[in-house]
Amino acid sequence: MRAAVIQFPGSNCDRDMAVAIRDITGAETTLVWHRAGELPEGLDLIAIPGGFSYGDYLRSGAMAARSPVMQSVIKAAERGVPVLGVCNGFQILTEAGLLPGALMRNAGIRFVCRTVGLTVENNRSAFTRGYSAGEQVRIPVAHHDGNYFADSDTLDRLEGESRVAFRYTENVNGSARNIAGVLNAGGNVLGMMPHPERMTEAVHGGSDGRRVFEGLLRQIA
Amino acid sequence: MKTRIFVTLKNGVLDPQGKAIHHAIEGLGFAGVHDVRAGRLIEIEHEPGVSKADLEVMCTKLLANMVIENFEIEQA
Repeated sequence: MRAAVIQFPGSNCDRDMAVAIRDITGAETTLVWHRAGELPEGLDLIAIPGGFSYGDYLRSGAMAARSPVMQSVIKAAERGVPVLGVCNGFQILTEAGLLPGALMRNAGIRFVCRTVGLTVENNRSAFTRGYSAGEQVRIPVAHHDGNYFADSDTLDRLEGESRVAFRYTENVNGSARNIAGVLNAGGNVLGMMPHPERMTEAVHGGSDGRRVFEGLLRQIA
Repeated sequence: MKTRIFVTLKNGVLDPQGKAIHHAIEGLGFAGVHDVRAGRLIEIEHEPGVSKADLEVMCTKLLANMVIENFEIEQA
């Protein structure tokens, strides 16, 4: 298995993401700087990590989404390569048009940094197959702009097509219909605000995030 | 040549920042303010050859997120 973690100026979860992928899946994991025009050959996973790319200037994820490497990420996603965007990575994927909707300032204005409850809504994607449908898990969030917005037609379509991967069990940030993570139409692109890579071993206080990576390993095997 | 681009949230999109500013205005003792919406002003200095169409593409591709925002182009 081969994985790439994309680094932007201001990414800060890139190493954590690479460690989680490497430790859990054994994938040969490469950090790829955002100016790269081409991605490594034969990737089985592309991860867009959390952080504050470009200092969140203009809008969270807006600048990163227009980086040279994102054209290659979009092409790979169209070919069906799994793409996982966490936190700022989710914001970047929506800004790049790979996922619908937008992540706006948290409804309560405050930065939210704590472990939250999530319900697994869709357990049939490569990322979520390790969970049971309806299962509740605990994974940390740390964001200022996690308030998921889409118009009601888009929300209805996402729900109708089972593309809501995770929902918060409580109102964390004002997200429409408590959506915490969404899939693209092909099911190979997942964006989520919670950080599964921060909940993968006992020392993290739990390992509920581990199965996101284990599911990807099963997909490849 | 200078162009001003105003980026505002679409109607119906909740604006937590505008709401916080509204609360702060009320906290200063001003009554009678019904609503506050926050937006962004972007000033662009450019050659006359940069067309309005070019500016519109800049807006739709980068300066505004068309999922949640509208833009207005004001040329001096």
